[in-house]
Amino acid sequence: MSFEMFLFYAFAFLAVFSAVAMIGFVRHIVAAAMSLVVTMVSLAGIYVLMHAELIAAIQILVYAGAIVVLFLFVIMLLDLRDGGLGPAARGQNLVKAVGVGGTVTIGTLVVASVSGVFSVNPLVESLPEGFGEHRALGIALFTDYALAVELVGLVLLASIVGAVILAKRKID
Amino acid sequence: MSIPIEHVISLSALLFVIGVVGALTRRNLIVILMSIELMLNAANLALVGFNRVWSVTAEGAARYDGQVFALMVIAVAAAEVAVGLGILLSLIRNRDSLNVDDASLLRW
Amino acid sequence: MILVVAKTLFILIVVTLLFAPLITWVERKQSAIMQDRIGANRADLAGMTFLGLLHPAADVIKLLSKEDLVPAGANRFLHALAPILSAVPALIAFAVIPYGATYRFGDTTFTLVAADIDWGVLYLLVIGSLATYGSVLAGWASRSNWSMLGAIRATAQMISYEVTMGLSIVGIFMVFGSLKLTDMAVAQDTTFRVFGFLDLFASLPAGAGWLNAIRLPNWGIFLQPLAFLLFLTCIMAENKRPPFDLPEADSELVAGYFTEYSGMRFGLFYMAEFIEVVVIAGAVAALFLGGWAVPYLSQETITAGVASLFGEGFANLVCMLIHVGCFFSKVVFLVWLQMLIRWSFPRFRYDQLMDLCWKVILPLSLLNIFLTAAGMLLAQQIAPGAAAS
Repeated sequence: MSFEMFLFYAFAFLAVFSAVAMIGFVRHIVAAAMSLVVTMVSLAGIYVLMHAELIAAIQILVYAGAIVVLFLFVIMLLDLRDGGLGPAARGQNLVKAVGVGGTVTIGTLVVASVSGVFSVNPLVESLPEGFGEHRALGIALFTDYALAVELVGLVLLASIVGAVILAKRKID
Repeated sequence: MSIPIEHVISLSALLFVIGVVGALTRRNLIVILMSIELMLNAANLALVGFNRVWSVTAEGAARYDGQVFALMVIAVAAAEVAVGLGILLSLIRNRDSLNVDDASLLRW
Repeated sequence: MILVVAKTLFILIVVTLLFAPLITWVERKQSAIMQDRIGANRADLAGMTFLGLLHPAADVIKLLSKEDLVPAGANRFLHALAPILSAVPALIAFAVIPYGATYRFGDTTFTLVAADIDWGVLYLLVIGSLATYGSVLAGWASRSNWSMLGAIRATAQMISYEVTMGLSIVGIFMVFGSLKLTDMAVAQDTTFRVFGFLDLFASLPAGAGWLNAIRLPNWGIFLQPLAFLLFLTCIMAENKRPPFDLPEADSELVAGYFTEYSGMRFGLFYMAEFIEVVVIAGAVAALFLGGWAVPYLSQETITAGVASLFGEGFANLVCMLIHVGCFFSKVVFLVWLQMLIRWSFPRFRYDQLMDLCWKVILPLSLLNIFLTAAGMLLAQQIAPGAAAS
């Protein structure tokens, strides 16, 4: 097992462990948010292994640095009693959830193996110079995907307006 | 020696399922939002993984469809959290509860 | 491998063991001078006080021997984790800041930077965003109202200023065409003609040739003066020191998010703050003040000049020493500037702080991006290849 593989499994274990901790067995909502951060950072590590360095940096910058901090900010604004996690999972819901979850997992694996996506295209070992770094990805973003970037900007603007309206106590 | 893509996709599916289970079983709006974030992250992992498989075109040029898609998902996730937390605050204000079952009425 | 370890250790030791303790002393003396006092002068070793230089050591001994309190009802794990989470980002941020150029000794070539990554500036922003967790968790885990209020303020302040901090230096990326701090430093090791932009419109009239002789170093501060002001403001607000110390405002919140800390855990917060002062100085020096570059003397000039007298190996060594000295003197200057700002201005009110971020700095940094882009486009259109200002 190469060092790369070892890192991948370590990150994968960390991600799954903390994701399960988040929905399953932490006792306080802040701890749940911190487990989410651990998942995000492990995924960023995996992105680096997959030659997507810019995505990894953005992942930490946006998810760990902004989104989860926003969660923590709201959690602290609210005065939460007994951990703030609410009631534990009910048996009926758990059955439904595991049913849906199992279907999704099995469906993914069946579709993947039937369509043979993995065998068609073996991994390219020699990637172009600077693959996945900011320069190449930036050029791709602002040439081939310029329209998508503009649309995402529009979505962000709409969400800013929406968040302000929702959070404001009274619109004068 | 690089990471087999099957393992990446399996990890992605597993994380997605954990997110689904969290969103369906917990009644707390914050935990539900966090589970949705987890699902988006799982999708991102799959996108980045597939980008690694189809990383070069037949002519040998790099292609970034998956990574660009992942970036868009990150941006949309940020927008979703902003609106979601706004809804959460107004839910607290109107119902004094984080439990989504308390918000089951369509109007009041 | 040995080189990397040596470079990392060097910068770690210089920053944590030399700069951080010295800055606590500088801060006391600076405030004393500005307030017409004498300042720290009591700690002595056999009657010698060394201008108060022994105080940092005395502080460390005091902090280490104090009782380590954990408030009742606190989350013990997160309470212990928070000081570490705030100290680690400060310690690792210096990894990408170059403190010297690339030198060649015989067959080995090395660059004086611990980690020369391609997205160095992005790394600094990432580390800055992770630094939020220390204060947030400290405030939440302490289970105290003061801490909680401090943490809420810290969160809002740091998220807001992160956004503007990133936007304010976009102009710098555009001018230097790179996110790599070592490339930026090399690009700043030249000079440009102040009136070079006149070539774009007309040729100079006779007798005005002396205008061409006026040159400035190709530094960020001269190319992007607005960005310098905005970035310095934002990054100082990120560090939460006065006049941006709302999260720890002593007159309102006791000590903000670290009210409930004592002993060496408090010391870690304190140390993180002072290390961040050095990191800020290093980042601003690398982005705006030319990093290791000596004004008007490029690396080739120094090396060639000394090599003609004493040989090449020695010239490289001299050049390296000059560059490292130059970098650290810029750092010292910027640390002093921060101390000056810290003791000159009163604390902002919270709404003023947010107004400054969202209503002043954000529009100005967008304007800066627009103007930079327009200037670069204009220069390309009129005279392709001309040195843009």
